[in-house]
Amino acid sequence: MSKQTKQNLITYGIVIVAYIIVEILILTGNLSSHMKGLLVPMTYYAVIAVALNLCVGILGELSIGHCGFMCLGAFSSAFFSKLTENSLPTVPRFIIAFIIGIAVAGLFGFLIGIPVLRLKGDYLAIVTLAFGEIIKNVINAFYVGVDSKGLHFSMKSSMELGMEKDGNIIINGAMGITGTPHNSSFTVGVIVLLISLFVVQNLINSRDGRAIMAIRDNYIAAEATGINVTGYKMMAFTISAAIAGAAGVLFSHNITTLTASSQYFGYNASIMILVYVVLGGIGNIRGSVIAACILYLLPELLRGFSNYRMLIYSIVLIVMMIVNWSPKVIEWRKRTFGRLNLKRGAKEVA
Amino acid sequence: MALLDVNNLSISFGGLRAVDNFKINIEKGELYGLIGPNGAGKTTVFNLLTGVYKPNEGIIRLDGEDITRKSTIEINHAGIARTFQNIRLFKNMPVIDNVKVGLSERFKYSSLEGILHMGSYRRVEKEMNEEAMRLLKVFDLDGECETLAANLPYGKQRKLEIARAMATNPKLLLLDEPAAGMNPNETGELMDTIALVRKEFDMTILLIEHDMKLVSGICEKLTVLNFGRVLCQGETKEVLANPEVITAYLGE
Ligand SMILES: Nc1ncnc2c1ncn2[C@@H]1O[C@H](COP(=O)(O)OP(=O)(O)OP(=O)(O)O)[C@@H](O)[C@H]1O
Ligand SMILES: [Mg+2]
Repeated sequence: MSKQTKQNLITYGIVIVAYIIVEILILTGNLSSHMKGLLVPMTYYAVIAVALNLCVGILGELSIGHCGFMCLGAFSSAFFSKLTENSLPTVPRFIIAFIIGIAVAGLFGFLIGIPVLRLKGDYLAIVTLAFGEIIKNVINAFYVGVDSKGLHFSMKSSMELGMEKDGNIIINGAMGITGTPHNSSFTVGVIVLLISLFVVQNLINSRDGRAIMAIRDNYIAAEATGINVTGYKMMAFTISAAIAGAAGVLFSHNITTLTASSQYFGYNASIMILVYVVLGGIGNIRGSVIAACILYLLPELLRGFSNYRMLIYSIVLIVMMIVNWSPKVIEWRKRTFGRLNLKRGAKEVA
Repeated sequence: MALLDVNNLSISFGGLRAVDNFKINIEKGELYGLIGPNGAGKTTVFNLLTGVYKPNEGIIRLDGEDITRKSTIEINHAGIARTFQNIRLFKNMPVIDNVKVGLSERFKYSSLEGILHMGSYRRVEKEMNEEAMRLLKVFDLDGECETLAANLPYGKQRKLEIARAMATNPKLLLLDEPAAGMNPNETGELMDTIALVRKEFDMTILLIEHDMKLVSGICEKLTVLNFGRVLCQGETKEVLANPEVITAYLGE
């Protein structure tokens, strides 16, 4: 088994063990309902952190609009689920909802990628930020209803839809979508996370992944080595957007009223995800998952400390930054863990 | 027929005619040197040959095929690989992966097979690893295949760049000042490596170099550039004996 495969298996192992521990806590009644409510969000933040790390860490392009893709995944899938709530059984409906959310986010990732990926560095960051905001604002102005005559669209108001009496508004502008079936659960979230990890980690260890990282490291040399730079950039960006869409599906099927609000889909939210990625280690997929979970849960767990909450949170941020980024600490970590491995090896021999 | 046949190649940057009416004929298997003072336009010639710059005039033929207007990527696929004056490696990737990127065109499986690690993935990856190790062995880098490229010592980085270029299985290899920044020991080793590449892969090489010892030691033919123009072209001995070259080069 190669070193890489081993590393990948460790990542899946960590997620599965964490899942089992949480399930045991739930079964033994040791988890408050408040904590239970945090589990699904934790999984979708981990998923979108993995997606963003593919874009920032592997492709090397800074995007601060990824919550826009999550928003697209959330709305397209919730729309479908509302529309077919009474006509399709839950499991196939939810699976199709995932496919739709992923496809729509991926499609927009592709379309936005065409102009955006021509830019570099700061410019790319600014334009992705703008696209994220545009997506959110356009969705806020969307009205869609369904009645016996079929679907009605409007960009003005729900009155403009001109619906029959039996009509039913599905997307109600800034009021969003209400009453999406609550199909997301911690188990589904963990499955989606595992699939995202599988896709991204396998991609990294393939021909395409190496080409993508080569572009990140030196696109001039990559071109001279015969790598289709534009094609691979599009591929990585599209996959990243699609996975963010999957996080959106988890999101929308876990909330009663889905609105395209800044709190969840604005640039602040995107930057928060970027913080998870940076502190987890850029290009370190496992780190993104761990950082997303810790940093999402921490402020919630610290509620008891009221005034000191943000203080502790910032200290954790700083410590994580030092642990993951200081060359001295990285070296120290390697040495100690290296020694641990040696000891373990020695025991096995003895 | 010459492997590389370039005629009347010119490019201007603003008012500066960086390369003017350049021509060269390289036969298969030759080791050809491109020399000239700083700023003569040598690297620009490489950039023209590899499609980084599009010429204002002229024609470039590789093995009879007109590649003048092709993209860098297409030109690589057509059979020209290069190294850079300032080393350009995939720094954050292991040595072996640098070479495997170069192998991507020849060892293929679909993206889906790559993401699922299924189908021909395992077999092709294994073949790729074997081929990469075979190449790294030629350059004496097999011991460091898992090292990050950025952590290699300078001389080995230069070698890895050549190995990566060779991985694309080129017809013509362009080396831009491979000995720059090397001490005499490393330069000697590099000359051996170049000789080895020639023998092992039956490679045609065009090489830019300032180190006269290296040039006169291994190149069969030379072209001297000065202010973007060809000053002199021919057998190494004759060219180096040419009084015009001596003045231009030693800046009398
Ligand atoms: N992209 C560019 N834009 C403008 N001028 C350029 C560009 N590329 C090269 N030049 C100019 O063309 C001339 C030739 O440059 P080039 O790099 O080819 O020289 P060189 O022979 O490789 O020199 P050296 O030995 O220093 O590497 C120089 O005057 C340089 O400033
Ligand atoms: Mg040069």
